[in-house]
Amino acid sequence: MQNNMSNQIIQFLSRRVNLFIIIIFLFFSYTSFIYKFLPAKQRPANKLADSGKQLWQEKNCIACHQIYGLGGYLGPDLTNCYSLKGSDYIKSILRTGTRIMPDFKFSVEEVNAIVEYLHEVDNSGEADPRKFVKNKNGTISK
Amino acid sequence: MVQYQNKSSTAGKYFLLTGLILLIIGLINGILGAFQYVIPGLFKSSLSFEKIRPLHVSSVVFWIIVSATGGVLSYVENYTGRKLFSPTLARLQLTIFICSIFFILVSYLSGIFGGREYWEYPPVLSLPIICGWLLFLINFIVSIKFSKRQPVYVWMWFTGIVFFLFSFLESYLWIFPYFRSNIVNDMTIQWKSYGSMVGSWNMLIYGCVLFLIEKISGDDNYSKSKVSFALYFLGLINLLFNWGHHIYTLPTHHFIKTISYIVSMSELLILARIIYNWKSSITTAQKLSFLPSYKLIIAADVWILLNLLLAIAMSVPAINIYTHGTHITVAHTMGATIGINTMLLLAVAYDILCDQHQSIFQRRAFNVAYWIANVSLLLFWISLIRIGVLKAKWQMSLKQIPFSVMMKQITPYFLIFLICGLTMAIGLIFLIVPLFRSMRKQN
Repeated sequence: MQNNMSNQIIQFLSRRVNLFIIIIFLFFSYTSFIYKFLPAKQRPANKLADSGKQLWQEKNCIACHQIYGLGGYLGPDLTNCYSLKGSDYIKSILRTGTRIMPDFKFSVEEVNAIVEYLHEVDNSGEADPRKFVKNKNGTISK
Repeated sequence: MVQYQNKSSTAGKYFLLTGLILLIIGLINGILGAFQYVIPGLFKSSLSFEKIRPLHVSSVVFWIIVSATGGVLSYVENYTGRKLFSPTLARLQLTIFICSIFFILVSYLSGIFGGREYWEYPPVLSLPIICGWLLFLINFIVSIKFSKRQPVYVWMWFTGIVFFLFSFLESYLWIFPYFRSNIVNDMTIQWKSYGSMVGSWNMLIYGCVLFLIEKISGDDNYSKSKVSFALYFLGLINLLFNWGHHIYTLPTHHFIKTISYIVSMSELLILARIIYNWKSSITTAQKLSFLPSYKLIIAADVWILLNLLLAIAMSVPAINIYTHGTHITVAHTMGATIGINTMLLLAVAYDILCDQHQSIFQRRAFNVAYWIANVSLLLFWISLIRIGVLKAKWQMSLKQIPFSVMMKQITPYFLIFLICGLTMAIGLIFLIVPLFRSMRKQN
């Protein structure tokens, strides 16, 4: 009886279309689960940080900088620059640019918005790879 | 033994030509970008890095997408033995793509952004791309008709077209505050979509190459075999579930990381298969070495092996924390986009646009360009890994020197990277020139 059933399952899976449908079903279930239970808890919208994020995209800061190690490689990772360097340091760089970074002629409001966005990013977690513990099974933890 | 007609309508060919022009634009911008690593602040006032990088990346990404589309459209005609359902629809799709890519590149040059990494242009410009892709989907489905058991490459094309559309749409979920208001949620969805997107265009390219191999060898057993479908399903599972290896350091769900770690390790099976088949592929290569397409496929085979080794290592979280955020990731991307995707797409372009039986002079010129491109790419790849190792050491050191000092210390390696990039671009351009000449002759 059991053998019969397992044979039927194997036969069902060996049909390519069935296997395809099962994989796609699993993928969309996984996707909708992630959409519904997003990894971080939503907080009330911070409008200043949101406009900072928009500016971040409009000036394409990610071309040179990284957040959580993702982005460009010409400039440093900025995930935790708010707590490491402080808002005044960030503001001064945003106002004048550097030898490599152009002066984007940001207004005071725009500078504040980007700093607030970087503050939000900083609050989300730590990106420093030195803070991770390597486990024997190849995984990492904090 | 099967024989496919080599007749395809001009639509597919023009997609490939457009792609080749984009590749040249991408190479030029890549070199300008590499100059900025060696001479910091170069072109700062006119063509600073935040403009050059998207110009380079988007041109290359569109080279891959547009020419893969051209390959699929041409091979669908070869495979079915009929014309496309609608060559007009294909021409309309190409016109839409050319116009949107033109506006995208102009927007970058003018410093107008608004999107995110890899799709930095104002989001409204993605609408025509979606429309064009829908036309592609319609044209493909109606042309194939799906009336009989299809070989594996038809499955790959279908999967690639459908999932590119899905992941491209998913990458724009950030426009809704629900997804974008928290950086961790935003980046999780962003890299979920990007991971699947790359897998989708790889499906289109690998499908074309499987068809090309079948066309050259005349043997259609492989594309209908159980092994080919097993590898296809393995690729599909990786496309859908392995994207988490991009975000191991992001404080996102742990199960996302665990699933992608396990799924990524299944690539070891692909690695084992490549090594197992190595001897037979070398024997076939010797027989077919006179064909430019086959030589390019062999180069890509070597690059697949090198990149797969790197990718598998990078998919282990304990190794990934060293490589993440360093140029080792760039080495992997360059190896994949140039060594694998570009070599394979050039193989497809040589088959569709050119007479593969070259004169002795043409064959010599091809060989010189081929070796210049591949040897330069190898040195380019090694220099990026070396830069990545140095940056990883800096990232992990307890007493970090300032970022700018670290970058200055690795400048000599950036110089090697620039020189190799230049010679590689020359090699690739000499591989592309005969394709334009051949198309001009045909016209």
